[in-house]
Amino acid sequence: MAINAMQNRAPVAQKPHKVEIKADADVGAYIDVEINGKGYTVPFGMTILEACRNNNIHIPSLCYHEDLCLAGACRVCVVEVEGMRTLQASCAYPITNKIKIWTTSERVRKARRHILDLLLSEHYGECYSCVRNNNCELQRLAKEYGVDFYRFGHIKEPRYEVDRSSYAIVRDMDKCVLCKRCVRTCIDLQEVGVLEATRRGYSTLISTFMDKPILDVICINCGQCINRCPTGALRAKDPSDEIWKAIDDPTKHVVIQTAPSIRAAIGEEFGLPPGHSMTGQMVTALRMIGFDRVFDTNFAADLTIMEEGTELLLRLKRKYLFGDPEVKLPQFTSCSPGWIKFIEHYYPEHLDYLSTCKSPQQMFGAIIKTFYAQEMQIDPANIVTVAVMPCTAKKFECNRPEMNASGYKDIDYGLTTRELAQMIKEAGIYLPELPKSYFDEPFGNASGAGLIFGATGGVMEAALRTVYEIVTGREVPFENLDITPCRGMDGVRQGSVILTDVKDEWRFLEGFEVKFMIAHGTSNARKVMEALIHGELDDYHFVEIMACPGGCIGGGGQPIPTSPEIRRKRAEAIYNEDKELPIRKSHENPHIKYIYEKFLVDGPCGHISHKLLHTHYVKRGKFIV
Amino acid sequence: MIVPDNNVIVNEVEKLIEKYGSGRENLLPVLQDIQRKFGFISDFAMQEIAHKMNIHPVEVYGVVTFYSFLSTEPKGKYIIRLCKTISCDLAGKDAVANTLQRELGLKFGETSSDRKFTLEYCHCIGMCDQGPAMLINEQVYTKLTPSKVIEIIENLK
Repeated sequence: MAINAMQNRAPVAQKPHKVEIKADADVGAYIDVEINGKGYTVPFGMTILEACRNNNIHIPSLCYHEDLCLAGACRVCVVEVEGMRTLQASCAYPITNKIKIWTTSERVRKARRHILDLLLSEHYGECYSCVRNNNCELQRLAKEYGVDFYRFGHIKEPRYEVDRSSYAIVRDMDKCVLCKRCVRTCIDLQEVGVLEATRRGYSTLISTFMDKPILDVICINCGQCINRCPTGALRAKDPSDEIWKAIDDPTKHVVIQTAPSIRAAIGEEFGLPPGHSMTGQMVTALRMIGFDRVFDTNFAADLTIMEEGTELLLRLKRKYLFGDPEVKLPQFTSCSPGWIKFIEHYYPEHLDYLSTCKSPQQMFGAIIKTFYAQEMQIDPANIVTVAVMPCTAKKFECNRPEMNASGYKDIDYGLTTRELAQMIKEAGIYLPELPKSYFDEPFGNASGAGLIFGATGGVMEAALRTVYEIVTGREVPFENLDITPCRGMDGVRQGSVILTDVKDEWRFLEGFEVKFMIAHGTSNARKVMEALIHGELDDYHFVEIMACPGGCIGGGGQPIPTSPEIRRKRAEAIYNEDKELPIRKSHENPHIKYIYEKFLVDGPCGHISHKLLHTHYVKRGKFIV
Repeated sequence: MIVPDNNVIVNEVEKLIEKYGSGRENLLPVLQDIQRKFGFISDFAMQEIAHKMNIHPVEVYGVVTFYSFLSTEPKGKYIIRLCKTISCDLAGKDAVANTLQRELGLKFGETSSDRKFTLEYCHCIGMCDQGPAMLINEQVYTKLTPSKVIEIIENLK
């Protein structure tokens, strides 16, 4: 479709270097090279770095990242190539002829050590007071190369002020090594365009437009730059001190909810390989820390599906049954706060396409401070709601002024996976060895549909499972309820479901083809929005957008590092857990039924849910004053 | 200096984009023309250029801050740039610099309150054989001595 043919905004200079394979019989698709005196056969055009890593030859790197285009900025990965006068950056050297490479010669080792010494001479700060202690790529390289003194000195005074303006992101440019990973993330991967290298030479600084604090620029708080920063220059704003205080305060009832994608990733913080689900252990750990109630955001995800699915059906009804020209279709999902801020900034004239549903986190907050407070007879003023999210944008979202439907701040603190892992460690708990336990009532059960919210395509799949059944009374016609077109990691995916043999009340939808589209990463969201503007989405009905690559499992609050492989494994863990759950459709969750009977009595999208569970958006625009 | 009206900037940017094209490779000539016309590139102008070229404002800001001859703040009518590189330094830059500061009542990096003069250092301008050298706007002055500097400044005042 035309989306793929759309012009790409990313800078030409920052595009990956692709070498065309010539139809030359002598060259062929493979080529023989000699690395450290041993022969290897590698694909034509592959970089030296990739070729070596594929063959288990270690080359250190700093500015290179699998998700990002090449920069060749740090020179840590230099190697010696026979016939070349200077050392070559292996990450940016495509192999196109038979070359001899040395990866650890004296010259190479000396150069790398010097580069590290130079980086450290400008790197202000001490490792033990850094959030990335033990998970820092610069620290690891310094250890690998045996740095035991500062050959070129060490900066004694900070050069820059720490930017703590944002609700989500803290920037400490004294720790920056100018690898430009954040720049490539912000401009190329996410196409948000907040960070760029400014000035020149020794004064070079990764900065925002006019050096404004990050709160004042168009940052969407997605936190992808944090996930890719090799040092502690970028980090999330940590509220754990306040949370500890609330836990230690006996008058406070501290409630925590955990997002679907936390369980699939938190094990990584304790040294487990990616793709291990830790649901039960995590619940136990949270109780041990001292949270009064441990709830599952998946429940609120089920609630979101009920509201969002109903909203979609209402929109379809208004458009196709009543012929209302005002109805905006396709309906866009609104679960991802990064995406919400993105559309508010870049496409403020299209906010009507967004579903008015709050994200699951905020819905849960509103429910806890109203329905739950009522049921438990606790004064909502004494309830502290904490949300563990894979997301830094959630920290911003819970501080939005409109998020107080309960009369109180719906969610008091947004905590990331990394910060939760830190709290667990601080409480002296080793997560993987804990016994399993279950979430607390009255929201103890959640469906598999709520769980798969964590991966890209999950919201769509969950919504389709429910919408199809509401309209036809039957399960979606996919084997094992796995709606496969929703799954995978392609940037933009699409599919359709045809509604047949519908119930009487939905007669107008007989034979109707529900067309849906899924995009993850805001660069793909931009493509979808441009297609929408050009009228290419007129026959689509539902679009899911997640701001982070991979959806929540690749969120800005998830364990570092991230890569396509790690995200794939986390998604797999979520889908596997969904498969084993007894309830896999949101509307079948008994607690959902209960809450609509007892509290939200006028049903999904009714008056009470509108007040508590729906929201409005702000036209922000992209011009900065 | 009167800060230019935003509408004037919008029109000017539009004209320049038409002249040079909207590709990102044409950013520099557009910026140079804006700098020449208004004496500086305001944050509004940067955002307008970014908008028209379909790039991010921070990318424009990155380019503007990279080049010494582009500025984000209004400068004086006469921008005096004294070469600080080694040949000029050896040829007596310091005496010239002191005279300039005294005559103008400005330190390096400052602009006079009547927005007439801006005094700054610059890197090599290729006049190493005729140092010390300085630029006043686009005019080169070479083989400077303190008395020569006094004369030049007097003529401008």
